[in-house]
Amino acid sequence: MTLLSIDWFFIIEKVLLISGVLVLSLVVAMYSTWGERKVAAWIQDRLGPNRAGFMGLLQPLADGGKLFFKEEIIPTNANRFLFVLGPSIAMLVACMTSAVIPWGDTLVIAGRPVSLQIADVNIGILFIFGVVSMGVYGIMIGGWASNNKYSLLASVRAASQIISYELPMGLALIALLMLTGSLSLKDIVEQQRHGLWNVVYQPLGFFIFLVCAFAECNRAPFDLPEAENELNGGYHLEYSSMKLGFFLFAEYINMFISSALIATMYFGGYAFPYMDKLGLDPNMVTILGFVALFLKTLFFIFFFMWVRWTVPRFRYDQLMRLGWKIMIPLALVNMLITGALVLARQH
Amino acid sequence: MVLSVVALVSALGVVLSKNPVTSVLCLIVTFFTIAGHYIMMNAQFLAVVHIIVYAGAIMVLFLYVLMLMNLNADLEPQKRNWLKYAGAISGGALLVVLVAALRDASMPALSTNPTDIGLIKNLGMVLFKQYVVPFEVSSILFLSAMIGAVVIGKKE
Repeated sequence: MTLLSIDWFFIIEKVLLISGVLVLSLVVAMYSTWGERKVAAWIQDRLGPNRAGFMGLLQPLADGGKLFFKEEIIPTNANRFLFVLGPSIAMLVACMTSAVIPWGDTLVIAGRPVSLQIADVNIGILFIFGVVSMGVYGIMIGGWASNNKYSLLASVRAASQIISYELPMGLALIALLMLTGSLSLKDIVEQQRHGLWNVVYQPLGFFIFLVCAFAECNRAPFDLPEAENELNGGYHLEYSSMKLGFFLFAEYINMFISSALIATMYFGGYAFPYMDKLGLDPNMVTILGFVALFLKTLFFIFFFMWVRWTVPRFRYDQLMRLGWKIMIPLALVNMLITGALVLARQH
Repeated sequence: MVLSVVALVSALGVVLSKNPVTSVLCLIVTFFTIAGHYIMMNAQFLAVVHIIVYAGAIMVLFLYVLMLMNLNADLEPQKRNWLKYAGAISGGALLVVLVAALRDASMPALSTNPTDIGLIKNLGMVLFKQYVVPFEVSSILFLSAMIGAVVIGKKE
């Protein structure tokens, strides 16, 4: 079916895939809020939400509805345009990253191979890195436009924190790239499918990446931009209604995407042990692979929550010292060792 | 075409807007449109690095500094008139020089068919084989700039 020399199947396929991934990340983010409370309750020996629906499963819907119907307040002295732009950027950027993650291998539908990845660009990792570095604008613009000193402090904190932790994150990724020799996430997964998972080769790199992912998502123990007991809630202090909801939601989407990314880069993505030896239909293997990736991702989301309710928040100088004096040298050493090993193996 | 128009409009916005924060935001938009041009020239690597470095890091620092400054327009000391004229004259002189230089420069017709030079593999080959010495020299330049900044910062 080619009309006007456009491959319509291609467009339909991509549109379906994009909507699917978007809906998936929204639903996961929605139920992460529920999961967060349940995990917190479990760790603190409480029950957690259990009134709305079975085991409180309808709680996220109730919260969402509440946020939508709340009164929307824009402070008088705030810059109106930027005030609205802040949460919009936060949400947009959070949703963009999912485009280059391979959610599964190819499915064959009616004789046509359909890749479960929206765009296999040859710069996949860098794309994610670029989009993540945009994420700080949502917080900064929102915090500044609120015209409130606490929000401003929070956005200044967020900016310096994210820039500081981007460096070790990039250095950890360079070590991974030396190993795989490819920037495409699909290639990285395929290599792990036929070999060992990257975490075996890059344990230190994985650790650095994990810590930096916590910092980039503003998650505890690095949640200083929204430290509620010093900054009254931080950058979203002046926000109400769904604009506040967007900020909170973007955080959970970021958490989901970083979990998926960690699973993809260091834990084999959609590859699972013995996947080529089961003798199943390729389509079945693809679906199982997607389930495997999803389970790995859920585990890392759980890990994010586990850490949040276990480790206390850092002080700001401790955060900076950790970033510049421990993480960056560690990442550099990791990069040098990897480089030396790769070179030694070539000869 | 649309991209170029957006680039020019946002670049004008940088210069013309009264509020420095708006200027910075316009500059970010300009960087994005330039990255868009790179992608259309099939240089995705350049585009993404451009976004990471300029829009992602440098402009964040710009915003960071601006947000900490007092941006009340009334309190800001008015610039003297002769300073404005001097700025306009020197800027105009630069424009004249640039136009004169570009007029004589030979402009080989840009080929419209995409090349692969901007892809990371080819770029790496060129950078680390053909231009390895300039590349290393520029990295030493960066290192010295970094050390200089640290030394100045330590003086206090």
